[in-house]
Amino acid sequence: MSPTFNELSAGQEIGSRTIEVTRTDLVKYAGASGDFNPIHWNEAFATSVELPGVIAHGMFTMGSAVQLVSDWAGDPGAVVDFQTRFTKPVLVADTTGTQEPGATIEVSGTIGKLDADAGTARVDLTVVSAGQKVLMKAQALVKLS
Amino acid sequence: MTINPDLQGRSYPAAEVYDVGREKIREFARAVKATHPAHFDLDAAKALGHRDLVAPPTFAIIIAQRADAQLIEDPAAGIDFSRVVHADQRFTHHRPIVAGDRLIAELHVDGVRAMGGGAMITTRSEIFALGDGDAREHVTTTTSSILVRGEGQ
Repeated sequence: MSPTFNELSAGQEIGSRTIEVTRTDLVKYAGASGDFNPIHWNEAFATSVELPGVIAHGMFTMGSAVQLVSDWAGDPGAVVDFQTRFTKPVLVADTTGTQEPGATIEVSGTIGKLDADAGTARVDLTVVSAGQKVLMKAQALVKLS
Repeated sequence: MTINPDLQGRSYPAAEVYDVGREKIREFARAVKATHPAHFDLDAAKALGHRDLVAPPTFAIIIAQRADAQLIEDPAAGIDFSRVVHADQRFTHHRPIVAGDRLIAELHVDGVRAMGGGAMITTRSEIFALGDGDAREHVTTTTSSILVRGEGQ
């Protein structure tokens, strides 16, 4: 069921989810997006450019975080605007061969602002990994019927 | 290596056409752990009023980063890709991207400013769907800032 504009209010929570990330997920995202920067899959390269290890693509984090909004909206096409700043990298440990994730990303969303004229709701996302906010000003604008 | 300050205001015209395929939408959706049926099931997409499978909200990054590559790989720009950090990103959808779209992107360099020994570069891709004849429909605007780290940054 899609949300109805009149039933929403600023400050309302839309839900939360946990995203588990493995090195395999980063390889899949590299292939799907065409971003093959080796800092996202090669430990030796990542550390050679002064990173603590392999990090997730910022666009992986942004792209997976918005799924909470797509599902809440009931139509991914209702997400008319989506922006973020990338503040901290998501470090993904090598857990190949185990059932453990290499990182977890916690996403939660709150209604930030309602625009009755435009019929839109702004959802503000909080995106945290390893205790740090990895995205800032992560805002999705949803067109409601 | 220094960033060429004359980049600001530069534009790169649309290069190759990007054909949006159903399997690419499904692959990208799986890669960002999307589960909404409108990305996978044609009937589900049509039930929401879409012509075909709907791309996830960040799918346009594929087209935008191809356009950005023209700038990053331009020897005159002076950008060392191994020192590039993605600083921010925005997508404004004038309509959703769907399978079957034939997309082109015009790249505009909106800002270049020095930061320490590096530079922050802001680019904008205007993405259009090609129609019959010369028709084209404005689909998405993406803006992106990259930080090119200087030495010791």
